[in-house]
Formats: sequence, C-alpha cells, structure tokens
Amino acid sequence: MNILVCIKQVPGSSNVEVDPVTGVLKRDGVASKMNPYDLYGLEVAMSLTEKYGGEVQTITMGPPQAKSIITESICMGAKCGTVLSDRKFAGADVLATAYTISQGIRKVGDFDLIICGKQTTDGDTAQVGAEVSEYLGIPCVANVLSVDDVKDGKVFLTVSLDNLVVKQAITLPCLISVDSDINSPRLPSYKVQKTVTDDMVRFISFAEFEDQDANHYGLNGSATQVERIFPPEKNTEKHSITGDSKAQAEGIFDVLKSRKLV
Amino acid sequence: MGQLKVNQNLVNAENAAALAKVCPFGAISYDGTKLDISSACKMCKLCVKKGPAGVVEFVEDEVKETVDKSLWRGICVYVDHEGENIHRVTYELIGKAKELAATINHPVYALIIGKDAAASAKKLLRYGVDKVFVYEDEALCDFRIEPYTAAFYDFIDKVKPSSIMVGATNLGRQLAPRVAARCRAGLTADCTVLEMKENTDLVQIRPAFGGNIMAQIISPSNRPQFCTVRYKVFAEPKPSDTESGEIVIMNIEKSALTSAIEILEKTEKPKDIDLSEADIIVAVGRGAKSEAQRAMAKELCDLLGGVMACTRPLAEENIFDAKHQIGLSGRTVKPKLIICLGISGAVQFAAGMKSSDCIIAINSDKNAPIFDVAHYGIVGDLNEIVPTLIEKIKEDRANV
Repeated sequence: MNILVCIKQVPGSSNVEVDPVTGVLKRDGVASKMNPYDLYGLEVAMSLTEKYGGEVQTITMGPPQAKSIITESICMGAKCGTVLSDRKFAGADVLATAYTISQGIRKVGDFDLIICGKQTTDGDTAQVGAEVSEYLGIPCVANVLSVDDVKDGKVFLTVSLDNLVVKQAITLPCLISVDSDINSPRLPSYKVQKTVTDDMVRFISFAEFEDQDANHYGLNGSATQVERIFPPEKNTEKHSITGDSKAQAEGIFDVLKSRKLV
Repeated sequence: MGQLKVNQNLVNAENAAALAKVCPFGAISYDGTKLDISSACKMCKLCVKKGPAGVVEFVEDEVKETVDKSLWRGICVYVDHEGENIHRVTYELIGKAKELAATINHPVYALIIGKDAAASAKKLLRYGVDKVFVYEDEALCDFRIEPYTAAFYDFIDKVKPSSIMVGATNLGRQLAPRVAARCRAGLTADCTVLEMKENTDLVQIRPAFGGNIMAQIISPSNRPQFCTVRYKVFAEPKPSDTESGEIVIMNIEKSALTSAIEILEKTEKPKDIDLSEADIIVAVGRGAKSEAQRAMAKELCDLLGGVMACTRPLAEENIFDAKHQIGLSGRTVKPKLIICLGISGAVQFAAGMKSSDCIIAINSDKNAPIFDVAHYGIVGDLNEIVPTLIEKIKEDRANV
C-alpha cells in the first residue's frame, strides 16, 4: 500500500499583528515548523505501512525552505518527499493551492491512499484536502477517527459526522483527512537524519507540470482576492462596574435582573 | 492579476538590502549582481509599495475573462440536515441570506439533498425563502461525497445562483470545497461577517492567523461565490406563522449518483453537553482555577441554570474536558449571557465568544484584554464578588 501524506510548513506562532496605520502584516522572522495537524496524518501513514507493507511519501507546496519539513517527515519514516516550489505558485488561494497540489501529485506517481491533516494552523480553512480529491477524481472522507482495516482494495474507516459516528468502507484510491489527537505521532529519528541525502527531496516546478496554463496557478489561478486586512474590532458598548466588592456584586445582579437572567 | 517585475538595472547593494528587509516572507535575495524573488513570495506587493521606488514593479496581466454577473442570480443556502433534523445553522444562514438578497433584489434559495428531503423542505417555507430545491433519491440517503457533489453541482449548473452559503459543520466543510473545486469557484471558510456589494460581489470577512487579524475577501471574477459560516455566528430568525415560497423537485440521472463509499454502520454520538447550544455560560480561566474557585463558579452557574466552560490552558491541564473549551481551538458560543471569571481574554478565546449578547468579566488585572470585549467589566477580586453575588441571587429567589 503506497501512501502520500500532504504536509505544510507554517509559522511557528500565530502571534502576528497588523500595523493599524499602514494595514500591513507585521510578521518579522517567526520561525517555521511543520503544521502540527499533519503529524497525526504521518503517524497514520507510518503505522499502516508497518502493518500492510508499502511505503510513505510526503508532498508540500511552498518556498525552497519547506524542504526542512520534508526532511523531518523522512526522519519520521517517509521514504522520500516532494516540494512543489515556483514563483508562479505565489499568492494562491484554496482553489489554486489545491489545483497545484493535484498537479504535483499526478507528477509524483500513483498512490493507494492520500492522507491530509485536519487543517493548518495558519490558514485554518480545512478545505484544501477535499478540493485536491476533486481534481484527482477520487473520493474523499474528512474527520477520520481511525483507519480500522485495509483489505480487498478497500479501506475501512471510522468517521465523525456532526451527530453520528459512521463506519464506512471506501474503494481505493481515496483521500482522507484525519482528526487531531487520534494517535501519538512518533518523534523524528536523529539516526535517520544523518542518512538523509539530497536526492530524497525532489523539487518540482511549474515547468514539469502537465497543465502548462499559468492562469491556473498562484495569484492568477485564484478565485478569491484579499481586499484588505485589518485588526479585529473592539467592543464599543462598554460599562465598568466600580466600587467595593459588595457594590460590584450588586451591580452585576442589577444587570442580570434587568436582562431577566435571574 | 499580474506579476512582479524586477528592474535589474536599478538594483544596487543598498536598495537590495532595503528590499530584503521590507519583504515579510524572506523571499528577496541579492547575490551581488541579480535580485531574485523566490517562491516564498506571497504577492503581498510590499516590495512595490514600501520598497525603493521603481526597483520592483507590479505588471498587470491582460484582464482575465470575467463572468457575466447578471446571469447569476439568487443567494442559496445549503440545508444541512440529518434525516428530518435540520441543523439550526441553516436557519441562521437563511436569515442572513434574506438580508443580503434584499440589498440587490435577488431571490433566496434553499437547496436540500437527501432521501426524504421533500418532507424537511416544507419546514423551510416558514422562513421566507423564495424557492426550496429538492434532490431526493435512495442513493442520497447517507452523506457520501460523490453523489452529494453531483446533485449540488447539477443544481448550480441549472439554477446559477450568485452566492452559496454552507454551514461549517463536519459535512459542510467537505461538501463546500468539493463543489467549489468542481465549479472552479472561490470559497471562504468560517466567515464571521458577510456583506453584499451592489455588483453582487459577496464581501466575506473572516479571522486569519488565529484571529489576530481580519481579512476581507471577495471573488471579483468568478461565480458562484462560496462561503462557509460556523453555527451561532448569525442570529436565527423567528419562523413566520404562514408558509411562503415554492418547493421545486429536481431530477438527476441515477447514474450520476454512484459512490465508492459504502456505509456500514451508523451510531448516534452520545448526547454530550453542547456548549454552542447553551444560553448561559460561566467560564473560568487561569485566574479562577483553584478547586474552591471552581466550586464557587459552579454554584453561580447552577443558580443561573448555565453550563460551565473554560479557556484553553484549563483544558490542556485536564481540569476540564476539551468539550468545555471556548475559543478558536474549542467551541464558538453565542449565549445570552457569559460570565468570565479570571480570564485574561486572549484573542483566540475572544474569537470564540465575542458575539455573545451580554459579556460580564471579572478580573483583577485592569489591563486584561477581556475588558476589550466585555460589555460589563469589573476590576476586582472574584473571591469576594462572586460569593456576594450568589448570596444576592439566593436572597432574591427566597423573596419571590
């Protein structure tokens, strides 16, 4: 069983601020790391191949520096990985990102199972996986709680819907997004790290893609545009209740009473 | 749409260094002869706007073919349901859709896909939709991505709605992107504010970077425009006494409804406390985490008939189960009343509760950011205030 795990490099912290005057993002030199949700996907992939054989590869889209998370995934047990990197991919929204990744996957090879994390910590959209599956023409299932078995060309899953837990069987190939906290991801092995060689990380650029229409990638291939960014609003209706503790408690009581909450 | 062009003849060591400093993504490098922009570039164009004049230019491409927006009419709400139970986010979205549609004089549609969908469709007629489109088939009994996408896409192809709103449930978060990808359309997740432009562009505002900034997003040259919205972000409208609107039964080829997914077994999730359904919440943070303080908070909470909630640190310390956690990584709540005890009010927490009707916060630190979102801020000692408040409520009850 050959598995591909989609991973992403994200900022080490989400503490970014907007300059209120210029409306510009202040994001100076925050360290990057692998999206923590992807670790659960990697762990699912590793344990599946340990049980059923086959190998794990990883793929990411990003700047050349994203190579570091591919290396990390190799240290966790992946055989090799791919960075989709090109200036033509810059400014991509969900649509263009998903399309680029699907083109990259087609280039890398055929897989029985593609695994994504639940979401990323920087984009928070949880949408890219489903869009990638559409462009690959394979079924997708999100909120996977466990992969229970693989047999007869099918994968057996336990899935969380809103009020239901559903057990289902899906004919491979397919794409799944796994929930967080469903396993304890293994740590990267430093022993393996010493053996990682450059040829284990492949770079693929636009020039190697099947679809050579530049209007399908990056800013040009994006349907959405960010018109502006701004700091979140603060509440304007504000009262403070002052006095000693007794007066403050009475003040709160009056608010509750006037709103018929007591 | 366009691209960045570097005027290499204007580059020198000095302005190259300035440009490298301006770029927030570290995408600009200079090897002494040539300035290079790497794929780390996010097209934020700061190098054009704030960098040394003229060195990096933004060159517009020829204008992309745009859609004829007048051919796309109507605001459609996807009806999230399980059997006969319609998820309440659906009504909230219909309320919003009516508001948005009124400004551009568009109809409001609802789309329902399922096995016995027509029965549920009738319930929607009390909410003022113009048309409810129904796809009914045995193959649509359980949610499976391929047949649901096929039906949804068939609807879009035939009806051509301008905007489509989907509840950000586990189901909606899979279906919306799959359909949007098929339409090659834009999709904005977890919108918290929606507005409508005169030209029918849907203005979608959502928190980004963990709620630290808000991003305003449009889909200027694509139709339809998709967005997902979480439960409890918009207000639920009151149903009317009379029904209005019409139910339209749609037909789709059975061959389009095949799936590689086979449903083996379904079990109801155990009925847990659902924070997002609570009308009254008492939330505690690190400033109220001792056992005595929690007992006090619980007493107040029980008196008010509320549900206890907590911040992320308390969930991480296993003082509370994660189901009680409010915030971006927990639940979004919109109760009538939330009392925040000893909560500093990190943006991630505030993002999960700031649309509550009445927010009361008690904290000893007058600079705590919770006071930026609270309607009633009390700088003081909760160990004194809360017991007094409890007494006061008990006294009041005794006098009734």
